Amino acid sequence: MSILAIIFILTGVFFFTTATIGLLRFPDFYCRMQATGKGDTLGALLSLTGLALYNLHHGFSLPTILVSIKIMFIAIFIFVANPTSTHAITKSGLDCGVEPFTKEEVIR
Amino acid sequence: MRYIITFLLLFLNWVIWSGMLDAFHLSLGVISCILVTYMTHDILFKREKFSSKHIVEVIRFIKYIPWLLYQIFLSNIHVASLVLNPKMPIKPELIRFKTKLKKDISLTTFANSITLTPGTITADIIEGEFYVHALSKKVADDLLAGEMENRVAHIFMED
Repeated sequence: MSILAIIFILTGVFFFTTATIGLLRFPDFYCRMQATGKGDTLGALLSLTGLALYNLHHGFSLPTILVSIKIMFIAIFIFVANPTSTHAITKSGLDCGVEPFTKEEVIR
Repeated sequence: MRYIITFLLLFLNWVIWSGMLDAFHLSLGVISCILVTYMTHDILFKREKFSSKHIVEVIRFIKYIPWLLYQIFLSNIHVASLVLNPKMPIKPELIRFKTKLKKDISLTTFANSITLTPGTITADIIEGEFYVHALSKKVADDLLAGEMENRVAHIFMED
């Protein structure tokens, strides 16, 4: 159980790291939104799943299971809040006229 | 009917968050859940009646979540490879495309799914047209292939 938790947390940290590197490397506002808003969803889900599993490694009892359920609720809230806030920031950027890096509007 | 469902959901939340199962705390929970249900019963569920159609929708939505997680995982690996590639072969573009979805709830689900999938952000929906910022050609093509749209349409019975 501990090994599984460590694998989950390390994978989550890896995705957080790529998100941060992307924030530093990408050329413009929208691409940086892509990197930070998104690396976080999977990173947070994996790290929190790892924590929930690690919490159970002493054995299953009602309080530890409840704590794990609460940790997974944090993941659910992130999954609802993260796209909403990413969308809000991107839309306000578009409304204020921040120019995208390559301005190709493809109509398909 | 919606009173009962709202009450049961609230009480389940109370039990999970309090974690104490003695009579005193449970009765406090029942009282506060009844009060909150009475005040907010029209917020959580807009409809008055429930039919088997809505249960089918819920089941299909739950089936949709694992596919969405798998999709998020795949495209997150794609974005990570873009970030770590020294040449950084990104091709950002603003895509505009028409959707066949009509209901508000399916539009919201589709827009949030697009934003959750790394590489694409829904910027705006104007009169059934999605404005999506895509990071590379691969994610844009995946989106325009329309598999996610078809699945969302299938959940809310618009296909």
